[in-house]
Amino acid sequence: MSMFYYFFKTLVGKEVVVELKNNLAIRGKLHSVDQYLNMKLDEIDVEDKVQHPHLLSVKNCFIRGSTIRYVQIPPKDVNVDLLQDATRHEHADKS
Amino acid sequence: MEEPLDLIRLSIDERVYVKCRGGRELRGKLHAYDQHLNMVLGEAEETVTTHELDEETDEEIVKKATRTIRMLFVRGDIVVLVSPPLRTT
Repeated sequence: MSMFYYFFKTLVGKEVVVELKNNLAIRGKLHSVDQYLNMKLDEIDVEDKVQHPHLLSVKNCFIRGSTIRYVQIPPKDVNVDLLQDATRHEHADKS
Repeated sequence: MEEPLDLIRLSIDERVYVKCRGGRELRGKLHAYDQHLNMVLGEAEETVTTHELDEETDEEIVKKATRTIRMLFVRGDIVVLVSPPLRTT
């Protein structure tokens, strides 16, 4: 039932780009994730520094899960077959 | 009995069309989803549609911007609609 929590746990240490609902996009190394999909990113870099100069001196950050719109992930870090299988099992036919 | 989520299950490993809040649309291969409609899409195209009003002519300008993201997690609370791809674009 917390399938995506386990999914993100496999991505700890990988570089992701978190795009927030306010359009701020932050690239960083995934440090940790919790059941709410809150995330902590290390060594962050804002994608559009001109539009969002607020985090120039910030190295690490905590992101509330509810503020996230997308997370861009390197395809090579994802096992799609495993993901699809896990999804099918999550929603197995109960009839 | 098939619930709405069971219908999405049929689209795993298929391309889907996802309408999102904020005038955003996604098309991509559905790899995973949950009951919140959190999803992982592969080879996703996002199209953002904006409406601007020209001050002088008062006409509505429709702009579309598209980008491709090779592997994308989508948070479910922005999802409005999920369906097999429409054939218009």
